[in-house]
Amino acid sequence: MIKVRGLHKQFGDVHAVRGVDMDVTAGEVVVIVGPSGCGKSTLLRCLNGLERATYGTVEVDGVDLSNRKTDIDAVRAETGMVFQQFNLVPHLTVEGNITLALRKVLGNDKKEAAAIAQVQLEKVGIPEKVDAYPRQLSGGQQQRVAIARSLAMNPKVMLFDEPTSALDPEMIKEVLDVMLALAEQGMTMVVVTHEMGFARAAADRLVFIDHGQIVEQGDPTEVFENPQEARTREFFDQIL
Amino acid sequence: MGATQAHREEGATHPEKAHDADSRWETFPYWILILAGLVGYLGYLALFNEAYDVAWTRISGGIWLTLRITLWAFAISLSLGILLGLGRIAETDHNSVLPARVAATIGRNLSRTYIEFIRGVPILPLIFFLALVIIPDITDWLGVSRQTIDEFWRGVIALSIIYGAYIAEVIRGGVQSIPRGQMEAGRSVGLSRLQTMRSVILPQAMRAIIPPLGNDFIAILKDSSLLSVLAVADVTRLARQYSSGSFKFRESYVVLVFIYVSLVLVLSFLLTKLEERMTRDRKGER
Ligand SMILES: Nc1ncnc2c1ncn2[C@@H]1O[C@H](COP(=O)(O)OP(=O)(O)O)[C@@H](O)[C@H]1O
Ligand SMILES: [Mg+2]
Repeated sequence: MIKVRGLHKQFGDVHAVRGVDMDVTAGEVVVIVGPSGCGKSTLLRCLNGLERATYGTVEVDGVDLSNRKTDIDAVRAETGMVFQQFNLVPHLTVEGNITLALRKVLGNDKKEAAAIAQVQLEKVGIPEKVDAYPRQLSGGQQQRVAIARSLAMNPKVMLFDEPTSALDPEMIKEVLDVMLALAEQGMTMVVVTHEMGFARAAADRLVFIDHGQIVEQGDPTEVFENPQEARTREFFDQIL
Repeated sequence: MGATQAHREEGATHPEKAHDADSRWETFPYWILILAGLVGYLGYLALFNEAYDVAWTRISGGIWLTLRITLWAFAISLSLGILLGLGRIAETDHNSVLPARVAATIGRNLSRTYIEFIRGVPILPLIFFLALVIIPDITDWLGVSRQTIDEFWRGVIALSIIYGAYIAEVIRGGVQSIPRGQMEAGRSVGLSRLQTMRSVILPQAMRAIIPPLGNDFIAILKDSSLLSVLAVADVTRLARQYSSGSFKFRESYVVLVFIYVSLVLVLSFLLTKLEERMTRDRKGER
């Protein structure tokens, strides 16, 4: 589903991603961890073309993102992205947020789009919030709407960039539960998170990144309990 | 929500005066009274004092012209400003087609040149330069008579070109005040850059844009007085003509100042109402 080869990303002098090779197969759930500033977000953003690779290739579902001829909008429509800060559109209702791309990108009419929104809101457990505005919702609810907004486009891959890091502790679970259910339904997911409970329960693979490189990866419990590299061990010691 | 309600009622029935309550006499807006008194006195002189009758009749005849200049110049400079402001920040994607990349590059650089040039020259010299040099050059170049564009339109065009640059910066500021995540969220669900701009960014930017835009509207009204140097018969020109012929400087300029200050105050009031309305209509929003 995702194939990354020799990926480098430089921002001027900052070398954020330094040679990453990664494959994600359909239905796989990959959790990425690593210290702050090690390039996790940059790697994830390269996967849907929000950042352009400096060197190397990124393929999503057989489409090469670094090729200038690629219709990047079409790729993004099939790749859901959930941000730390939710990024809901404040002047649109929950329904407006979910239906915007359905109508503008997929060309659904108002009724179809509203029906899809309703289905997705039920999936994330807040169908009653359809007419609310983002600021009337808690952080956890907003993040669930953001997930519903991505799911509505029927994506092949879902990318999550620290989806629970901006949430108050009591709201983390409701978001993780939605993500767990999604993983169980066989969604292909790449998740940057430090929620090790989620990694153990849902991840097929845990990837530890440091200084823009993959240091170690494998079965989450394995990597977690018996890290092979000193840097990995150090990192887990710090976050626990 | 229930909890907030309870707190509110409790507070309301509290017998003591709240410790954090301001004294009424300290927070009363005296300035409104003073201003109303001042403007009222000027208005009384201009409208009801016989000595000012002739001055008022002569000068107030230009009010409509002043307003027409303002409205036209605002409409044109707003259109120009939107084009220039968005042009200044035009961006493309790494896989946009070549013509789009070329257009964006040209757009950014032309807009920037225009804005920096205009903002680098004071308004009065620019009015002379545009109305008496550039516009005649253009009519000559087109091979039509210079009077095809009369004084009124020369003035309006000059003012529009100038304020186009100022409004461009307002538009740019408004768009750039919207967090990056909004564009990224739009792009991530597959909207194009233009679609995201239209449906996500601009509606939010509007709220940041309206107040400074209102300021520019008022600034255009005030600066329309500068067109009096071009033989445009606005209130300022009429006041200068009447005063220099009759030596009634006091009468002329009391009337003139009264006209501007009342127009500006009425406009400010209407703009405040408009802003309030825009905030109220979007109740759910931040
Ligand atoms: N747009 C950007 N411009 C310049 N530097 C950036 C940009 N985005 C990220 N970086 C830098 O790249 C490095 C990796 O950042 P990031 O991928 O956000 O790390 P993480 O998500 O792991 O905390 C950091 O040093 C960061 O400052
Ligand atoms: Mg990050």
